[in-house]
Amino acid sequence: MALDPSHTQTPHLGLFVSGLCKSYGPVQVLADASFEVRPGEVVALLGENGAGKSTVSNIIAGSTKPDAGSITWRGKPYSPASPAAAIDSGVGMIHQELKLLPDLSVAENVYVGRLPMRGGRIDRAAMNARASAQLKRLGLDVSPDRKVRTLRIAAQQQVEIAKALTLNAELLIFDEPTAALGSEETELLFQQIRKLKAEGMSFIYISHRLDEIAEIADRVVVMRDGRIVARHERADIPVRTVVEQMVGRSVERMFPPLSEPGSETLLEVENLSSPERSFQNVSFSVRTGEILGIAGLIGAGRTELVRAIAGADPISSGSVRVAGKPVHLNGPAAAIKAGVVLVPEDRKAQGVVLDQTIGENLAIGNFDHVAPNGWVFPKAVQKFAEAGISRLGVKGRPSQAISKLSGGNQQKVIIAKWISRPPKVFILDEPTRGIDVGARAAIYDVIADLARSGMAVVVVSSDLEEVLGLSHRVLVLSRGRQRGILDRSEASNVAVMELATS
Amino acid sequence: MALSNGASELKAGPGAQAAAGAKLSALFAGTMGPLIGLVLLCLALSLTTDTFLTVRNILNVLDQVTVLGIMAIGMTLVILIGGIDLSVGSVLALAAMVMGFVAHPDHLNLGMPAGIVTALVVAGLCGLVSGLLVTVTKLPPFIATLAMMSVARGLANMITDGSQIIGFPDWFTSLSIIRHFGFLSVTVGLMIVLAIIFAIFLNYRATGRSLYAIGGSAEVARLSGIPVKSLTNWVYAICGVLAGLAGIVLAARLDSVQPSSGFGYELDTIAAVVIGGASLSGGVGSIGGTAIGVLIIGVLRNGLNLLGVSPFIQQVVIGVVIALAVATDTWRRRTQ
Repeated sequence: MALDPSHTQTPHLGLFVSGLCKSYGPVQVLADASFEVRPGEVVALLGENGAGKSTVSNIIAGSTKPDAGSITWRGKPYSPASPAAAIDSGVGMIHQELKLLPDLSVAENVYVGRLPMRGGRIDRAAMNARASAQLKRLGLDVSPDRKVRTLRIAAQQQVEIAKALTLNAELLIFDEPTAALGSEETELLFQQIRKLKAEGMSFIYISHRLDEIAEIADRVVVMRDGRIVARHERADIPVRTVVEQMVGRSVERMFPPLSEPGSETLLEVENLSSPERSFQNVSFSVRTGEILGIAGLIGAGRTELVRAIAGADPISSGSVRVAGKPVHLNGPAAAIKAGVVLVPEDRKAQGVVLDQTIGENLAIGNFDHVAPNGWVFPKAVQKFAEAGISRLGVKGRPSQAISKLSGGNQQKVIIAKWISRPPKVFILDEPTRGIDVGARAAIYDVIADLARSGMAVVVVSSDLEEVLGLSHRVLVLSRGRQRGILDRSEASNVAVMELATS
Repeated sequence: MALSNGASELKAGPGAQAAAGAKLSALFAGTMGPLIGLVLLCLALSLTTDTFLTVRNILNVLDQVTVLGIMAIGMTLVILIGGIDLSVGSVLALAAMVMGFVAHPDHLNLGMPAGIVTALVVAGLCGLVSGLLVTVTKLPPFIATLAMMSVARGLANMITDGSQIIGFPDWFTSLSIIRHFGFLSVTVGLMIVLAIIFAIFLNYRATGRSLYAIGGSAEVARLSGIPVKSLTNWVYAICGVLAGLAGIVLAARLDSVQPSSGFGYELDTIAAVVIGGASLSGGVGSIGGTAIGVLIIGVLRNGLNLLGVSPFIQQVVIGVVIALAVATDTWRRRTQ
């Protein structure tokens, strides 16, 4: 790849996408999408969920076929019939949910489907040596013999990248690569992208994290409702501008004003430690109407800590008091009874039963309210559900399947599930993960209102801006240890990151 | 969006209509396909045989499905929570042998009531052990109940060293023979009453609804404060008791018990539940659906007998029906 990416006007051997359209039934998910990716550059594809980013990427990666439009890749017409065909043409995609085989070794995963053979047997020595070389190229020191299951998410992602490299990919599509990464791991990924870029590789980079875009992308393409609404020749555009283009209206404020907390202490956590030592000797308290943010890198023990407080995981020592009364943490039921509720990290796996309706999801865990004598009548469920739905402004009906709701509305249902009890302590773990930028503001309003109504609120988030914008105080964890609690006035990006990386 | 200002746009008319619609669809949820299948099957058999559509034959079908029907109720609960119980056929045999051994004059001679109670307790314990293997030892349900299937069969054989016990009091065997009010034997009545009780339990009791939540997602249910482990233990225990009860009904029908009885029944039972629209991944299914599944198997066997089809071909036909039922169900779900 000897082409100089700065020559924007001359034709190049990169990717030209022109006029792609795609409809599912009457719903047009992609309309006349055109953009280009030059050799050796990173193009960020931005947009809310449903904006059409995944459809475009899937078409380029060969897993979806367009209704109209054409693609030119390396100077030739390109219309991959399958992901395998795309890979043969040098186009690979790293999915958000990694597609690895957890019980096979790193090397086997890299070479799956094309294991090097010698004399009818797998040539393990050659396979391990070659996989090892690719991993070294990425700066990753992992034995090729190791089972993928034993690797951390970040390392697993590197294995996927290594796999794409061995397939001689020249264009890599990343779908939210940093969603599960901490900031050190993100930095490592960026270093690798820069290195591969210098070797002439091109990237399409999909992310919700706008601060990253400025750091890693060369150009930005913004999508909304299946159309491309803006193309920026540089990546350091003001976040406000991009967000407004993404949501199609001006974003006045992201975070609601916080009300003054009360004086009464509702939640007291003292010297709490986990049996796996994922957190140790954590102590803090939260007052009525107060929002405590918990910040830290991935693996700092944030989720483990709040799950333990909500009774979901066991503790080895320490105590939790709610409104002065000690809570016997032997399961979620006991915590809920004491007034501690949790909106879990993984909405789809831990938050909602996808097969069921909105009404049924709201009733789970509230049978003591919906059915005081143990009799659950559809009318009672309906009434209970309607109250929760209208209170949080969920866009849906009780009889609707919850799987049909957007992430933001599903999250509101999970919050609505607990709100009627009412709880004393409301814990939210990654409340806006995977939720559109436009819908996040509504979740922030709900969280601020929880506090305003007198609950003690605890918010865990990997999005530092979110923690800072939403919290009265911020507790910072690093490697399971409590590094400090910052007041809103002293909590800044820098102050928190200093503690988080200590 | 504030919590206090209840947005009232959703309170109006559509809510009531949706409620009525929801009720109706809940009643037939997932059972419409199997129901149509059952009706078509009955129609076809009425047209091709003179004997199918007679009161006498319909009562015969009901008599023939009691054992399967009672076991299928328990299996529905287990499958609903995302489990499976392969041990029901063996537990049936063990319970029957225990009853015979405790009650029969040639053995302990403690009387039928003692025999029946002991049999149900033993069957319940078998189920409970399966449940504990799943919840405490964390064995996959398939393995836990496969182990129980072998253990219970072995125990059933050990009781009499493999021989059968013949001859029970007349009142006991007449439970399945005498038709009260001209149509209803005690055993068929028992099956119907149990089906109604468990249908009400699953539809309208908080605990019953919790089973759907567990099957839908055990982790969501646990985090919502539902006692997943203890409910799981109960479900396997109840499934065991119902298998034991089915063993007692079989003993009444045959006037004997043998350690080899109930062989392969677990597969018929699972087939009936699955034909009735339940999902083996849990969270979907109903007693109504299972009843239809049981009747489809019963009617099919009865009809093929009336048509003089050999039992070997019957097995083939039932296999095809299972595949068809689940395939149409999967197809229907996908297109929704």
